[in-house]
Amino acid sequence: MSEAALATAPAEFAPWEDAQATPLIRFQNVTKRFGDFTAIDNLTIDIFEKEFFALLGPSGCGKTTMMRMLAGFETQTEGTILIDGQDVAPIPPNKRAVNMMFQSYALFPHLSVAENIAFGLKRDKLPKDQVAARVDEMLNLVQLDKFASRKPHQISGGQRQRVALARSLAKAPKLLLLDEPLGALDKKLRQDTQFELMDIQEKTGTTFVIVTHDQEEAMTVASRIAVMDHGKIIQVDTPAKIYEEPGSVYVADFIGDVNLIEGTVTTSGDDHATISWAEGQQDLIGIAHDEIPAGTRATLAIRPEKVNIATERPADMTNIIHGKVMDIAYLGNMSTYVIETPTGQHIKAQAANTRRIRRRAITWDQDVWLSFTDTAGVVLTS
Amino acid sequence: MRRLSWFNTVSLTLGFAFLYIPMIILIIYSFNGGKLVTVWSGFSTKWYGELFRNEAFLDAAWVTLKVAVMSSTVATVLGTMAAYVMVRAGRFHGRTLFSGMIYAPLVMPEVITGLSLLLLFIAIGLDRGVLTIVLAHTTFSMCYVSVVVSSRLVTFDQSLEEAALDLGCTGFEAFRLVTLPIIAPAVISGWLLAFTLSLDDLVIASFTSGPSSTTLPIKIFSAVRLGVSPEINALSTIMISLVAIGVIAASLTSKRAIAKRAKDEQEAI
Repeated sequence: MSEAALATAPAEFAPWEDAQATPLIRFQNVTKRFGDFTAIDNLTIDIFEKEFFALLGPSGCGKTTMMRMLAGFETQTEGTILIDGQDVAPIPPNKRAVNMMFQSYALFPHLSVAENIAFGLKRDKLPKDQVAARVDEMLNLVQLDKFASRKPHQISGGQRQRVALARSLAKAPKLLLLDEPLGALDKKLRQDTQFELMDIQEKTGTTFVIVTHDQEEAMTVASRIAVMDHGKIIQVDTPAKIYEEPGSVYVADFIGDVNLIEGTVTTSGDDHATISWAEGQQDLIGIAHDEIPAGTRATLAIRPEKVNIATERPADMTNIIHGKVMDIAYLGNMSTYVIETPTGQHIKAQAANTRRIRRRAITWDQDVWLSFTDTAGVVLTS
Repeated sequence: MRRLSWFNTVSLTLGFAFLYIPMIILIIYSFNGGKLVTVWSGFSTKWYGELFRNEAFLDAAWVTLKVAVMSSTVATVLGTMAAYVMVRAGRFHGRTLFSGMIYAPLVMPEVITGLSLLLLFIAIGLDRGVLTIVLAHTTFSMCYVSVVVSSRLVTFDQSLEEAALDLGCTGFEAFRLVTLPIIAPAVISGWLLAFTLSLDDLVIASFTSGPSSTTLPIKIFSAVRLGVSPEINALSTIMISLVAIGVIAASLTSKRAIAKRAKDEQEAI
């Protein structure tokens, strides 16, 4: 497959930065209301070919509605949805080159694994030998050759998930929608399957749109993530950008663990802002791409793993916070320390346990200094 | 196995005695040699022989069977369609009214249903016969079918139908290829229910039957009015055995199916 080669170069794969690129999916001012409830609120977004696009948000944020509109099970109240330049509003689900993998897998219980995969191909009235060949190819792709004649209740949850994937890919759709595809799997299997999904996405070159509420899953598989809340997209960016440079307190808090330090901006400019946040503590500096007027209330978001913890005051760090160890959570590979500042704020720091627990120097009620660089945190005003 | 306490034993015995003693007496007397129903005069199967030589009974049995098969089949089709619309079509105008109306015949006294159908048939000039009984039975048994099928449809995972649509089915294909095979057990039990309802209906059939179309319940009822004959005991015994065989077979099949499924699922993990 020559298309696959293109998709395997993730470093250069960034069509959203190319002004010339035409998107595969285009939501233009789309609003969807169910009675009085607004599920999608004037939403505009472009999704490009071969992307692995994640819609991430808490339940009820509208992510599933977006997916169901793409599949054709819901119609928008206002706005237009274009797939491949075509307005899809009048096209029923069975006429769209879009397939969906359902959260419950929705495997047909009365049909065998092979018949499930063949189901969509038979609807296209393909000749028998072509159907059989494609089914074999799909079984091979998801490594279920040996289970072709089993019924869905005769295979395990992980295998069912792969059958559902094979069935939705069998018709070689332009766009594959995945609705919480790994929700029903246990953690270990979920991680393995995430890599498998990425692998299959690269191999087939299909555009994937995944709906999930699991931020780790979105971070692992997606080329871009849209963080949603209350029918609006809060931020669309690559996983790294979303994690390192969240655009708002909501995104920072939603993705991963974060310390949110509130304060007032004293100076700003040159991609940085300084906030004063507590009496007796020195001001903190973080990234701020836009200039923020002095005196504005702002929040410094800093990830615990970027905070250094030491028993002595570090000499050459810009940001230093003094406090007392209040809690230590030992997680095996790392420990999380909760530090209480003299003004009563709690700040978390994480450190890898490179030494055995007995040798570690930090203990409860000890005076410690936290420090981080001036590019470790971001200053957010919303 | 647990031993039952004396109280439980007594309750169990009384309950089952209450249910089954009449039938057991009937079965015993069907093998009575004498002509008197209430006086035992030796074991004999001669009334079974008599029964099978009685043309009138055989005719009535044949009519009953025809009516039951036809009416339950039509009722199953109509009842399933009604159930599907009630469960799936969402909130359309008049849905509450319709769903109430579909269940109304369940609680309507049979005499009234029978009478109103009789009036209708006379009004439109339809001669009473097998056709009118079939129509009448369809009318009341489709409600039962619709109740059974809609209770299954309520728990039916709608994403299965959406998956079928997503994979290129039209709405009707999705129903035929996915929904129907999955709800088939409920549809079949709806059919069986309609079938047995039609088999033992006396009231509605007596309103809507014609001279050439006497069903078995009507025949038995009118025969008993002239005095219970041992032949009727024999006929009833046959019916009891057929029903018993049917019920036992059905429960064994479903028990096996459940056991097989459990075993398969165990092996899958």
